Amino acid sequence: MSQVDLSVKIGKLTLKNPVLLASGTVGYGNEISNFTDLSRIGAIITKSVSLKPRIGNPPQRIVETPSGMLNAIGLANVGLEKFIEEKIPYLEKVNSTLICNIAASSIEEYVECTKTLDSQTAIKGFEINVSCPNVKDGGLEFGNNISVVGKITEKVREVTDKTIIIKLSPNVSRISDFAKVAKEEGADAVSAINTLVGTSFNIFTKKPKIFNVTGGLSGPAIKPVALAKVLEISRNVDIPIIGIGGIMDWKDAAEFMIAGATAFQIGTVNFINPRAGLEISEGLENYCAQMKLDKISELTASYLI
Amino acid sequence: MEIKKLFIENAPVDSVSEIQPGIHLLKVYSPSIAKNSRPGQFCNIKVSETKFPLLRRPFSICNVDGDFIYFMFNVYGEGTKLLSIKKKNETIDVLGPLGNGFDLDGNYKQAIIVAGGLGSAPFAYVTKSFINKNVISFIGGRSKKDVITYGLLNIKSVTEDGSLGMKGNVIDLLKNNISEIDIDNSRIFACGPNAMLRALKSFAMENSIECYASTECAMACGFGICQGCPIENADTDGYKLVCKDGPVFNVKDVVI
Repeated sequence: MSQVDLSVKIGKLTLKNPVLLASGTVGYGNEISNFTDLSRIGAIITKSVSLKPRIGNPPQRIVETPSGMLNAIGLANVGLEKFIEEKIPYLEKVNSTLICNIAASSIEEYVECTKTLDSQTAIKGFEINVSCPNVKDGGLEFGNNISVVGKITEKVREVTDKTIIIKLSPNVSRISDFAKVAKEEGADAVSAINTLVGTSFNIFTKKPKIFNVTGGLSGPAIKPVALAKVLEISRNVDIPIIGIGGIMDWKDAAEFMIAGATAFQIGTVNFINPRAGLEISEGLENYCAQMKLDKISELTASYLI
Repeated sequence: MEIKKLFIENAPVDSVSEIQPGIHLLKVYSPSIAKNSRPGQFCNIKVSETKFPLLRRPFSICNVDGDFIYFMFNVYGEGTKLLSIKKKNETIDVLGPLGNGFDLDGNYKQAIIVAGGLGSAPFAYVTKSFINKNVISFIGGRSKKDVITYGLLNIKSVTEDGSLGMKGNVIDLLKNNISEIDIDNSRIFACGPNAMLRALKSFAMENSIECYASTECAMACGFGICQGCPIENADTDGYKLVCKDGPVFNVKDVVI
């Protein structure tokens, strides 16, 4: 057995490995536990929680595209109160690092959610979703606006000492500018990228296949775009990056780390192979041994350009 | 609440046969899923290891025989095209059994199956699982080739073009045979296109017949994490999930 140190640091958090399960692709942990041991995963990011429950969008919410999928779930979630009452007790038992993703339609709502959840000891950090493409208020409107992203970061920082990760939208001209603002306003890390806005039509009915008309594109189709965004941030801003975008196996994950990511999230693959997190962690351990790396953190931004 | 066991099995294909023009029956060796499945449940199948097609595809469990499971499909897109050309001992990645299935128990005497087109898929397994019920099957399709009767009993058929059985739809067929229906002692089990299920819901409510329908929706995971398959609640705001709360619902609980 190799002795590779897989741990990574994100802000104040030390994670046992760089594998994070992306928000919205693990629910609140219970369903995926049927297939995999969550205690061996670096961190779990819970489904976006908002102050009030959201019922989400009508069907159709999902459509498959070449090597990808579009989704427009609409941030369906149980709301803050039920999240604390019903979901946290289960998540506490999982023995993985818990990061809570927060979605909101106003700066005040982000602050109120963060403040309320700050007292929950099970929650070790926050991922602030400023970039959901599928809701009318907030979401992308925030993610596109650099001063609003700065303001949200600043205000959320005021109410918690826990690790703050800002989840960035790729649907902007220079993502590194947003990462810079997040860093200046006190974020500990950024995650990149959220989904790309896309759509798909039924050519016979001429209607969009998704009720919301547009959805967020994820899966292997977006990996090269995501890698380029991670690289751009890595070359311009000194902040830990959590890479996301179409990771299906350990090779994809290694690529993200080489491009600048300290850790990474897997999302779409959880729907297809709910054991992927563990398989990727094991694959990376072998890869590090093969590459004669004592610590996986040596891989971050090790690109030779 | 019963804890459901879910499995991912790399299942060797035993055979793929065309049981009637365009309709394929896939038989795979999948002992854990076979042992733990109930009629009306489904599996989510990854047809290849490639990234295209990317997602699993949901299929009703058509039948179970010992350690083998059967799935019925027509060639519709890339995924089903790949499935249709599988050779013996090639494997497919099967996740299941998923969903709640049909509740076959109860004091009713007559089991009424109503299916349109490929909606017949779950009913071979359902039919053989009834204990002491009189089964009557109302099966419809656009044309003769769309009427699928695999594993069914006491069949009455209907086609839109009149090429087989009565001309019309399954609701016409039900109305036409109303004298054979034991209204106070029957339960309907249905699967088919939404338009059919919608009309059937009205028929069942008007006649006060208990009616369960297996519904369909595009989905990614099949076990509740992607939230991709909503179906609207009939009485309150919001949605249930087809994969986890269904796919079988009492028709009065959902908007079809």
